[in-house]
Amino acid sequence: MDRRSKLIEILSRVAQKEVNPSDDESLFDSGTLDSFALPDLVSALEQEFGISIPDSDMNPRKFETVARISEYLDARQ
Amino acid sequence: MPFIREFGSWLPERVVTSEEAGAWVGSDAEWVRTVSGIDERRFAKDEESVSDMAAWAGLDCLERAGVPASALGMVIVASSSFDRCFPGPAAETALKLGVPGIPALDITMASAGSLFALALARRLTNPAGPILVIGAEKMSSVVTREPQEKGVAILFGDGAGAALVMPDSGKLEILDAELASDGTYAADLFLDPYKPLYMNGRSVIMQASRKVPAVIRTVLQRHDIAPGEVASFLMHQANQNLIVRIAAALKVPLESFYSNIVRYGNTSSASLLIAAAEWSRSAPPMEKGTPVVFAAFGAGFHWGSVLARAV
Repeated sequence: MDRRSKLIEILSRVAQKEVNPSDDESLFDSGTLDSFALPDLVSALEQEFGISIPDSDMNPRKFETVARISEYLDARQ
Repeated sequence: MPFIREFGSWLPERVVTSEEAGAWVGSDAEWVRTVSGIDERRFAKDEESVSDMAAWAGLDCLERAGVPASALGMVIVASSSFDRCFPGPAAETALKLGVPGIPALDITMASAGSLFALALARRLTNPAGPILVIGAEKMSSVVTREPQEKGVAILFGDGAGAALVMPDSGKLEILDAELASDGTYAADLFLDPYKPLYMNGRSVIMQASRKVPAVIRTVLQRHDIAPGEVASFLMHQANQNLIVRIAAALKVPLESFYSNIVRYGNTSSASLLIAAAEWSRSAPPMEKGTPVVFAAFGAGFHWGSVLARAV
């Protein structure tokens, strides 16, 4: 499974509904992620991609779109 | 070792339902319940000030403890919603308790104020003597400022809680505390004079959901205590959804987190001690040594935890 597909799967799990956002669509404005789903997303990313995301990176903007999440993962991996 | 002898609280009479609060922002009670876990909150009367509420909660605490105000060595009042920049409500509170002249310390900290005050009292009670720690907030004066922000207006309520910290005896022995602050996030949750409260809810929740479980683990690990061994977690009542996530992060049953946010909303720095007061009246007797944890997170950001054990 490629990374984008994996991200969509994670987002659907965290959002508790099937979602398929475009790369630059705001996950907040679209209602995919609310405030409380964000920490769940971060935990899922840590688990699925085997990384540790420090508190200093817990900035909502880093996780606002699929593209930004991918950029962040590129930087971390 | 310092002890908590007793808790006390005071809540205004007026009940503001989530139906009423939701209508302020074009929503309904069901939405308010979903996003916050709140059904009701209390609003004080115009003439009821922060220092009034603080004194009433303090007197309730002293009466339950059987300790006269004249025995106090210090009063600490945590509040972020008093109606002027200075002086804060502590000196007036001491006056209303009938003990002008003793040191009265203001902690102008939202949400985490009473936790920090408790940790400070732990250090000061010997040699200061009995210290009355109070959290008192009149958030109704804040949330009614226009324009009301949807996610903020429905959250908050008024009230006051208190704890009497003693140097020699009490029902909970305070074992340890871990406090932290990080000004990186000062712009994510703040209140300017006469302006509406600003909250970047996403940032607050992201940070709180990580920092609170971490600070609880830190203080527990120092004493070789597993989260599952803690009888009760007494939290700042910020949002029920946050409490649920913190319980899940610590892998403990949600039932071990005392919660009354459904009835009082988020009363900022008052909520921890209001919750503790209600918990202490309803909790079954605990075996000696049973751990109890206090924790809070608030604007600043400031956060921390206090570990105590039953006596």
